[in-house]
Amino acid sequence: MTMHAPVIARRSPGPQGEKIITLAALAVGGQGGGVLTNWIIDVAEANGYHAQSTSVAGVAQRTGATVYYVEMCKDTGRTPVFALSPSEGDVDIMIAAELMEAGRAVMRGFVTPGRTTLIASTHRIAAVSEKVVPGDGRADGRAVIEAMGLAADQVIAFDMETLATRAGSVISASLFGALAGSGALPFPRDSYETVIARSGKGVEASLRAFGLAYDCAKGTAPVPAAEGVKARIRTLNVPMGLRNDWQALEVRLDRLPAQAQEIAALGLKKVVDYQDIAYGAQYLDMIERAARLDAAPFALTQAAAKYAANALCYDDILRVADLKTRASRQQRVRDEVRVKDDQVLRLTEYFHPRFEEFTTTLPAWFGAWLQGSSRAEAFYARHLDKGRRIRTDSLAGFGLLWVVSALRPWRRSLLRHRSEMAHVAQWFDSAMDIAATDRTLAAEVLANRRLIKGYSDTHARGLSKFDRVMSALPMLRGRPDAADWMRRIRTAALADEKGLALDGALKTVRSFAA
Amino acid sequence: MAERSFKKEVEQLRMGAGGTFRGEGILAVTKALLENGVGYVGGYQGSPISHLMDVFSDAQDLLAEYGVHFENSASEATAAAMLAASVNYPIRGAVAFKSTVGTNVASDALANLASGGVTGGALVILGEDYGEGSSIMQERSHAFAMKSQMWLLDPRPNLPSIVAAVGHGFRLSEASNTPVMMQMRIKSCHVHGHFTAGDNQRPPMAVSEALQNPKRDLSRIVLPPAVFLHENEKVDRRWPNAVNYVLENDVNEFFGNPASKIGLIVQGGTYNGVIRALNRLGLSDIYGETDIHILCLNAVYPLCDSQILDFCDGKDAVLLVEEGQPNFIEQAIGHMLYQNGRTTVLAGKGVLPMAGEYTGKRLVEGIAAFLREHAPGLLPPATAKTNEPAHSDISDLSTVVPARPPGFCTGCPERPIFAATKLVQQQLGEHHIASDIGCHLFSIMPPFDIGSTTMGYGLGPASASALQNRDKDGKRSISFVGDGGFWHNGLTSSIGNASFNKHDGLIVIVDNHYAAATGGQDILSSRATNKSRKTNNPIAKAVEGMGVKWVRQIDRTYDVTKMRDTMIEALTSKEEGPKVIVASSECMLNRQRREKPALAKATKEGRRTVRPRFGVDEDICTGDHACMRLSGCPSLSVKDTGDPLRDDPVAAIDQSCVGCGNCGEVADAAVLCPSFYQAEIVSNPTASEKRRASRTARIIGWLQGRRDARRLTFA
Repeated sequence: MTMHAPVIARRSPGPQGEKIITLAALAVGGQGGGVLTNWIIDVAEANGYHAQSTSVAGVAQRTGATVYYVEMCKDTGRTPVFALSPSEGDVDIMIAAELMEAGRAVMRGFVTPGRTTLIASTHRIAAVSEKVVPGDGRADGRAVIEAMGLAADQVIAFDMETLATRAGSVISASLFGALAGSGALPFPRDSYETVIARSGKGVEASLRAFGLAYDCAKGTAPVPAAEGVKARIRTLNVPMGLRNDWQALEVRLDRLPAQAQEIAALGLKKVVDYQDIAYGAQYLDMIERAARLDAAPFALTQAAAKYAANALCYDDILRVADLKTRASRQQRVRDEVRVKDDQVLRLTEYFHPRFEEFTTTLPAWFGAWLQGSSRAEAFYARHLDKGRRIRTDSLAGFGLLWVVSALRPWRRSLLRHRSEMAHVAQWFDSAMDIAATDRTLAAEVLANRRLIKGYSDTHARGLSKFDRVMSALPMLRGRPDAADWMRRIRTAALADEKGLALDGALKTVRSFAA
Repeated sequence: MAERSFKKEVEQLRMGAGGTFRGEGILAVTKALLENGVGYVGGYQGSPISHLMDVFSDAQDLLAEYGVHFENSASEATAAAMLAASVNYPIRGAVAFKSTVGTNVASDALANLASGGVTGGALVILGEDYGEGSSIMQERSHAFAMKSQMWLLDPRPNLPSIVAAVGHGFRLSEASNTPVMMQMRIKSCHVHGHFTAGDNQRPPMAVSEALQNPKRDLSRIVLPPAVFLHENEKVDRRWPNAVNYVLENDVNEFFGNPASKIGLIVQGGTYNGVIRALNRLGLSDIYGETDIHILCLNAVYPLCDSQILDFCDGKDAVLLVEEGQPNFIEQAIGHMLYQNGRTTVLAGKGVLPMAGEYTGKRLVEGIAAFLREHAPGLLPPATAKTNEPAHSDISDLSTVVPARPPGFCTGCPERPIFAATKLVQQQLGEHHIASDIGCHLFSIMPPFDIGSTTMGYGLGPASASALQNRDKDGKRSISFVGDGGFWHNGLTSSIGNASFNKHDGLIVIVDNHYAAATGGQDILSSRATNKSRKTNNPIAKAVEGMGVKWVRQIDRTYDVTKMRDTMIEALTSKEEGPKVIVASSECMLNRQRREKPALAKATKEGRRTVRPRFGVDEDICTGDHACMRLSGCPSLSVKDTGDPLRDDPVAAIDQSCVGCGNCGEVADAAVLCPSFYQAEIVSNPTASEKRRASRTARIIGWLQGRRDARRLTFA
């Protein structure tokens, strides 16, 4: 093909100045793109326009990205020749029903400077590839938002999903409202509302969502705010008998470096909530130890405060039983699944304790003895190793978990606690040891705790990843870029389940350390 | 019952002359069939023509009034064979299927049909699944038209043209005794528009009349010596008759200025795109008025030599816009020009890309390239170069924006089958896994990444047939086939073959009670009662009828543990021959469509109802996402906890959850974690249920209050 500069030509109008308006909508299957398209056609026709829509959604396209396309033109008595699909550089209005779909629209060249009005909902629907990552695989929305601003002529972007949910409706209604509010089509507001009213299903909720989005798009109402970080946890109740001990911990907390106090406060509450006040003191010992070796900006102390809390609050059956039997938990479930007062909630918990979980929840001596017994293991595998469905809305099921959670005072004597504490001590000591010479590396070593999470096999896999990441430590110590490498190796370990990226990273380290 | 109901659209099918019919391209075709006195209709569903079958299913009463026979063919081969009714009888028949996959399946019958020829008009409506949004290999139906000598119509993508093409199709077929294929591209199937209706016509001869007065003609039967006669007939009589019909009835259209020194020859289906490209280059108005001469081929096969040569006469250069490859039309026209000693330059592939859909951008660039070379004066200087600001300051989003391929729906009963398969492989090692066509093919995508090949509908197990382990204790192949593919031809091609050849692989029949991927049409084993079709024929019985001894029926695929254990049993069993697991649970999309309104109605009427859904305890979830690696459910996603102590997002289940149970079952089977809970919301509970619940709540509340009073509590 002859290579020339790309031709991105403009459409020319008809003899009476009538113009074809092109509109594309990118949605995730199931978002109601078809409904939106029909509404747009109806509103165009109601305003004396010819309109045509197409979609590339085959019936088989279930949850993937789908494109809908509409062309319209003022009716002057002749039928225009409408194109059947959006063309790069030739889209006047681009509607994206999700943030990454907006990014896809930009990527595909459907958003053109000086031409395209981009109407995008900024909420996220994670793609499968983002969800399966053991760490945080979610795409960076900021890059998309930045590109949207550069690529589009006009951007109307806010969380239209939240608006729709608030109105008890679905996103097609709020997208339609944002389209109307954007003024990109020369149609009056009431003609849109008439179309919704005529559609017959959930009209009131749709009109509410339409109105909210219309106002946001017009700029006459604030857009829904993103959910913030809960940086504070309130202390609800301190029993009389524990008041002095708790105050002593709070005093110690106040003496920590100011930069680390906020996170340490969260950590302390987590640890005390997990076990007891003495455990909180043990936690603060660790943080104070880190603080003594630290200096401004006290990043090491912050890392210690965060990861020591997580390390001390390891996930065991007691913890799960405790959390599942709390009143606050029951209320949260009721809110989440939306149970009304005249309804009854039945609640089934899914448990599958293996031999390991069983034995480690026993007193250390007994658990260790059982673990050494192949006959006990075989017996367990044959008779007890199966999924347990526990109804926590029944007295029997709730009672069972209640009893398990009531073992909390004896947690320190259980086998699991022994092994966890040994692991924590080894990890923390090694970080403190490094801190004397390289505080940044020490903080990274503390952050490696992030790798250990989950239950059963997941927990075992996390531990093995932790060990492999830590195995790089002797090779890295003393290097000026040790902390950077430690972080890179950890990031690699979180990238995939099997640890392929981790293998690669370790190989690289070995190559330069050798 | 199909996924989408067309009861409203069906009413439009009754519309008489002068009315304005509104709807999708595919609906326009159904109306046009009735207006042209079609006598029988069949076909096999598949994107993008599934809706045609659904509309006819919903219109059976109306069809009966007109004496039109309609059936859901068992396969495209069946559909094509059905057209045999037009061989001896003057009855118009139409069948529809997706192309080229359906045409592949149908080609045996089509070749026979085309050899003997037809008396009544025989129309094959092809849903051309090519270009963006396609789900199949990229090939051309054109090749079938050429090899079997059937005519191929490719009308302009607007409803009046499509409707006109149906009429032309029947008349052309009758004028030339040749079956005619009419191509409908994805977007013209789904294009919404309107056209002026005509009156429906009763078929001049109903199929019942033909049965009462049977006819035969030895010369129409495809056997020697008639086959040699047929071949001569094709070139001596049928071809010239077809060309005459096309010319006399102006099937192909001319636009623009005949005096133009350059011309465009376009396939009808690409016309709108070409006009838009010309408009963007300043060479056409929005109504298609242009100074460039255009020959629009609504009949792309046969080509009418005289028409094309006349068109090229006096032109310096002609651009052929022919989508898809090989470039059959370009080769034919090039040959025509050469043989007739013409000097007009023919451009086509070269300025336009050889392969792939002709998108707006490609057409603008291709036509511009052609004009620059052959008529540079035509291009306004402004459009001859870039007139848009460069995009260069926009960062490359390809590393940011995740791919979003289609996948299993929320609550899909096939998800647990593949979760189980993944667990089987974790336990027994990786296996060779053969996939088939259907929703279950989404297993090849993350998070399952299961399946190595797909060889055609119903051919999953057949495609594993060579992979027979000589070591009886070695690994066996696993193959999948859906219930749709099973009845389409899998029963014989896959199950019968495996049974006969004593193949020892595991065959999983994914039975979701419908041809689900194509829109939930009923099939032989559907569990619903269908007044016009015989359903409820168990797959397992058919499999046993094929001689398979090891058959397991699983009636709740969500039982991941049972799925996994049954698969392991099949892969380790000493039993000879194929091991067949029929994994049955109803397609959730169809189930919800039926149950959701019923549940809402019952609740409203005050009856006791139970709505299940799942949830995740976010403080128990550790954010490893192992559950998602065994799910991929749209309702199971990640969210921030807002807790600064935690780095990774946790699992969360949103309001779209239908409570299928996969999350809990997977957590159990794979021993993941105890964060999942199943909530069952009981509406209008019984009095005793309420009493019990409140009593339990009081006791639990007392216990909780007691504990909270003794420890530090935070919120």
